[in-house]
Amino acid sequence: MRALTWHGKHDVRVDTVPDPEIINPRDAIIKITSTAICGSDLHLYDGYIPTMQAGDILGHEFMGEVVETGPKSTLKKGQRVVVPFVIACGSCYHCSKQQYSGCDNGNPADNQDIAQELWGQVAPGLFGYSHMTGGYPGGQAEYVRVPFSDVGPIVIPDGVDDDKVLFLSDILPTGWMAAENADIEDGDIVAVWGCGPVGLFAIQSALLMGAHRVIAIDHFPHRLSLAKGLGAEVLNFEETDIYDALMTMTGGIGPDAVIDSVGLESHGLFVDNIVDQIKASTFLGTDRPHALRQAIVACRKGGRVSVPGVYGGMIDKFPFGALMEKGLTLKTGQTHVQRYLPALLTAIMEDKIDTTFMISDRMALEDAQKGYKKFHDEQNVCTKVVLKPDWAKGA
Amino acid sequence: MAEPELPGDIVRDDAPAFTSKDRDERGGAAPNGESSVSGVAVTINRPASELYAYWRDFGNLATFMLNVEAIEVKDHDRSHWTVAGPNGSYEWDAIVTEDVPDTRIGWRAEHGDVPNSGWVSFTEAAPGRGTVVTAMIAYSPPAGIVGKLVAKVTQKEPAIQARRDLRRFKQLMETGEIATTTPPNREPKS
Ligand SMILES: NC(=O)c1ccc[n+]([C@@H]2O[C@H](COP(=O)([O-])OP(=O)(O)OC[C@H]3O[C@@H](n4cnc5c(N)ncnc54)[C@H](O)[C@@H]3O)[C@@H](O)[C@H]2O)c1
Ligand SMILES: [Zn+2]
Ligand SMILES: [Zn+2]
Repeated sequence: MRALTWHGKHDVRVDTVPDPEIINPRDAIIKITSTAICGSDLHLYDGYIPTMQAGDILGHEFMGEVVETGPKSTLKKGQRVVVPFVIACGSCYHCSKQQYSGCDNGNPADNQDIAQELWGQVAPGLFGYSHMTGGYPGGQAEYVRVPFSDVGPIVIPDGVDDDKVLFLSDILPTGWMAAENADIEDGDIVAVWGCGPVGLFAIQSALLMGAHRVIAIDHFPHRLSLAKGLGAEVLNFEETDIYDALMTMTGGIGPDAVIDSVGLESHGLFVDNIVDQIKASTFLGTDRPHALRQAIVACRKGGRVSVPGVYGGMIDKFPFGALMEKGLTLKTGQTHVQRYLPALLTAIMEDKIDTTFMISDRMALEDAQKGYKKFHDEQNVCTKVVLKPDWAKGA
Repeated sequence: MAEPELPGDIVRDDAPAFTSKDRDERGGAAPNGESSVSGVAVTINRPASELYAYWRDFGNLATFMLNVEAIEVKDHDRSHWTVAGPNGSYEWDAIVTEDVPDTRIGWRAEHGDVPNSGWVSFTEAAPGRGTVVTAMIAYSPPAGIVGKLVAKVTQKEPAIQARRDLRRFKQLMETGEIATTTPPNREPKS
């Protein structure tokens, strides 16, 4: 089959690779109809995520048609499904608490040591996202093997466009959980850093959950216009002093809840005793943790800090004093995707949530290399790329 | 061990001996004076009786113990083990030294290339959380410290393997399968 494979920094290629096969009884094989490039994929593209291997198939936001099932899969051939990016077993303690991204059993045992060393406990399995989260081939491909297919995938009714439901796999539940973690109360002003797909869905979710006002922060005019279109007030951090603006716009109180949907992923993903190859890619010069620091300092006393943005390791100069002295609550985590799917699918079907507005580019899987370059180089206008395996190259 | 200053001072805390920073104390956990001791625990969301029963049927262990090439059950208390090591295979007979149904199994190697012994215990976790499975493994590396270093590099070091094997045991018991990305006997594709 054809698939988008990683070969190194800024080097991704559409190659011919072996078809996936059923390995375990609960597996299913999905023929992919739509697959997206995520902000998280850019960090693989930039070469900042350790434990990648040349030839790894990327992609963790995808949907398609069931074409093969293992004996214990509950899916049926021909069903259309959206697949969560988190591979969760449904039967461990964490899954029983619906903390799916804490699942103990999705990541092959031999790949769990790095996370256990870095974070103290094992990491979940993720599609197409390095070997420390399992080394699972991802979904920017014609076909993908889906483990625990009886737990994760959600069946989509016929007649609903891929574009409307594709983001159930990752960024929609991520934005939703970000807003949920902000514990929004009546009258709240919520500030959201980052107007990428995750931030935009967090804005939409916060308003649905009853936020009185949402203030969105970015520096890309087009992304800010999408935020404004959702009903947010917007701030451009290149033009405005964010702390001063937030304090003024909240009457000197500070936002009740702050959401960091910027993240810094690779920054500090590495602790001192991890191999040099990993150290070499440490993203030292970045100013991205700036957003999290700024959010914590701006947040009102007794307020809430929600962090959907990805962090992997240590960060310097974390304003822990502000967190403690102001009595803030911090909530974060990889998204428990499976927990939110039924309710979010219903909201989409009832037109309460629109997911299609952020798709800027649709192209053939064969053109995925171009898609990565555009999403990377033209962030203002290129807000989301959806790849279609059955489109002809150049379509 | 801490020196008591006041009556009632804690001279030995409640941690398992195999987590001690003191080499001697740690070594004291080795049932037969083996030189390397390690332990690991995992909580499995299944009843102790089920986990014990699966484990006690030693032929099952090769399912999740990756380095085990073969386990031949000879009688109720004796099995013959062939295990991949850093420099080829090692063999021994494992004799059950302790067997408390649903609770604990202890063993010791005889006639073997690698002196080793250990135990696995099954204790009820907090309500609703299943069973805590703890394993202790003591062994003396065949070629002394060098063997151990080599084993570490090749990731066949018994303590690392024990940790991974217990994760696989948990996966198998909780999900009915072992997470992997490798198809069995993958045919080379053209
Ligand atoms: N928690 C999860 O499970 C989960 C899931 C998906 C994505 N993520 C993470 O969420 C984050 C955002 O994802 P995305 O797809 O929206 O990425 P993205 O790169 O498209 O968007 C990030 C946005 O943040 C803006 N930004 C950068 N610095 C800023 C600053 N100092 N202040 C305000 N805005 C700033 C950028 O201009 C950009 O528009 C990433 O870290 C991603 O890895 C997390
Ligand atoms: Zn993602
Ligand atoms: Zn689980």
